[in-house]
Amino acid sequence: MVRIIGFLVGLFFAVMALWAFGTGLATVASEGRLKEVTAESAFHREPKALHLASDGPFGKFDNRQLQRGYQVYKEVCKACHSLNHVAFRDLAELGYSEAEVKAEAASWTVPGIDPNTGEATTRPGTPTDYFPKPFANDIAARAANNNAIPPDLSLMAKAREGGAPYIHSLLTGYTDPATFKNEDGKALKQEFPDFQTPTGLYFNPYFANLNVAMPPPLTSDGQVGYKDGTAATVDQMATDVAAFLVWTAEPTQDKRHQTGWPVLGFLIFATVLAYLAKKQIWAQAKVRRD
Amino acid sequence: MSFPWAQHYQPKAPFMRWLDEKLPLPRLVYNAIGGGYPVPRNLNYAWNFGVLAGFCLVLQIVTGVILAMHYAANGNVAFDSVEHIMRDVNWGWMLRYAHANGASAFFAVIYLHMFRGFFYSSYKAPREMVWLLGVVIFLLTMATGFMGYVLPWGQMSFWGAKVITGLFGAIPFVGEPLQIWLLGGYAPDNAALNRFFSLHFLLPFVIAGVIILHIWALHIPGSSNPTGVEVKSESDTVPFHPYYTAKDGFGLGVFLIIYCAFLFFMPNALGHPDNYIPANPLSTPALIVPEWYFWPFYAILRAFTHDLTIPFTHIVIVEAKLLGVLAMFASILVWFFLPWLDRSPVRSGHYRPLFRKFFWFGLVPTVVVLGYCGGSHAEEPYLMLSQIAAAYYFLHFLVILPLISSFERPEPLPFSITEAVLGSDKKAVLGENTTPAT
Repeated sequence: MVRIIGFLVGLFFAVMALWAFGTGLATVASEGRLKEVTAESAFHREPKALHLASDGPFGKFDNRQLQRGYQVYKEVCKACHSLNHVAFRDLAELGYSEAEVKAEAASWTVPGIDPNTGEATTRPGTPTDYFPKPFANDIAARAANNNAIPPDLSLMAKAREGGAPYIHSLLTGYTDPATFKNEDGKALKQEFPDFQTPTGLYFNPYFANLNVAMPPPLTSDGQVGYKDGTAATVDQMATDVAAFLVWTAEPTQDKRHQTGWPVLGFLIFATVLAYLAKKQIWAQAKVRRD
Repeated sequence: MSFPWAQHYQPKAPFMRWLDEKLPLPRLVYNAIGGGYPVPRNLNYAWNFGVLAGFCLVLQIVTGVILAMHYAANGNVAFDSVEHIMRDVNWGWMLRYAHANGASAFFAVIYLHMFRGFFYSSYKAPREMVWLLGVVIFLLTMATGFMGYVLPWGQMSFWGAKVITGLFGAIPFVGEPLQIWLLGGYAPDNAALNRFFSLHFLLPFVIAGVIILHIWALHIPGSSNPTGVEVKSESDTVPFHPYYTAKDGFGLGVFLIIYCAFLFFMPNALGHPDNYIPANPLSTPALIVPEWYFWPFYAILRAFTHDLTIPFTHIVIVEAKLLGVLAMFASILVWFFLPWLDRSPVRSGHYRPLFRKFFWFGLVPTVVVLGYCGGSHAEEPYLMLSQIAAAYYFLHFLVILPLISSFERPEPLPFSITEAVLGSDKKAVLGENTTPAT
């Protein structure tokens, strides 16, 4: 009885799945293609390769690069983007001394309460403060940015497919849609003559739907005056800020890598011992049973 | 239960003798996983995964209980509290990554444990109850895993919760009220997050309880083995300890190496980037997918795109969405009936030529294809692929498996486990691994 009912149920689901397959196949056949080719699907670009010191299982942050990246954030990104999960005290990890962290925090203005009146006011930051938000709330952010909310950057390197290379590519990827060609050499304007970047948006083939609300933030070499003498090309600034955002996304990454190797080394050693113990124990079994 | 030749617990120290009289807990452990449990001597490494699954549960409970000390189940702060764990709690990043990757590891070993059961027909009499309890454990683990993924309250948490609880909305008549009742609102919100946290904390202990029943039920007939031939004499078995504790110890080492490689060097490889974006009910992600371990079932859910209509009319009997939901639940519930669907008297796939072909060239690729499609966008060619795979999945368990035994001529079985191991039968499966009889 179980088998008869099972047989019928199995046939039912199989028939329904194949029925759906048939209608899908008919649609594909009538349209002559698997799926609609859109400008997004044909002209979206995968991130360019980017190599950072923090990459890979042996990766370690390059503090000088992180400091440069922080400078890019401070002088460019912070105008619109928050860094909610990072506090000034965290900057000590970038190699700044305690006094430097204090001075850096004090150079920022954070929201405070007037101790005499209890009214909202502002004050210089202290190391325990978190980075202040550029906008009071989402509505203010929308109002100032053509109805788009600039996302928080703390976790950006983990919150986007492609991570740091994506950030670097996006920052350096702005281009003119009129002359843009994809990897196959096809011109966007030729394949999709109707393609228009709406007013207030900017064409960027690394962005999922090709039109991003963020205006090109890094526009000219030397936009940020690096203190360590590194030439501040657009590509360098984009690389540095991407590296910085890898750190903000996971400040404990160095510790994770450093912890991982001894753990793995111990486990491999212990596993070899366990294997030898197992072999020895089972050798006894063979002798005894034979 | 035990075989008559099982070793008996003999406490030596006076304290242990005293304890054995008052509360024979050491005796229980001795008989469960110690020298008092005779186990077939020919178990291969596919038999390691039960112990590994138990280890994963302990790992999840230990890391989870500590995480719960720092986590806040409130829609406004849940996401931030997870980041607080990652940044400010001592070794919090390790706890959280251990727990997140522990879930993946748990499912990985459960799936391997189940595939061992499928291939060696571990579900057959006299072990039906072991199998049934195993399926119950799997369902509970699925529920726990799903609710755990909601807790970080990222985009994928929120939308995953919305999609999965939305499935209940497909049930005719009572669907919508049921969905609202389950969520405590019209959409996932604080109420849902709180109850998910509560249940996510509770269910692992329920799982631990069912695991005790699972092991209890296993000890009645004793462990199965790769030949599928039942234990006949003492020479067929070895005591669990030290033989299988040693073998499981080695297996645990290999497991931990792989697990820690993920934990320390690619902790986010199995997650989805969108879950690092705080939940936002107003912004739907481009692709809503569950964690990898649910992909095959998610593919089945989405494969049913066509309503059940009366042919040549547009009268809908069952809507496609409900069909998908039914199929998804059926794809798991069908395992409950396996012991009665598969009629072959031979257990092990090693001696079943036809079954073996359908297993390796039918079921395994089907599940892989379903998994791949379940993680992809719901578009062609993934939909068509998952439709064919879903059809085969149901045919495999409900049509092919019950019929195979009528056409199949099983290969000769060894007389006993000892014979299989010691190789007096050249066709014995374990031939490669065994030393010739001396």
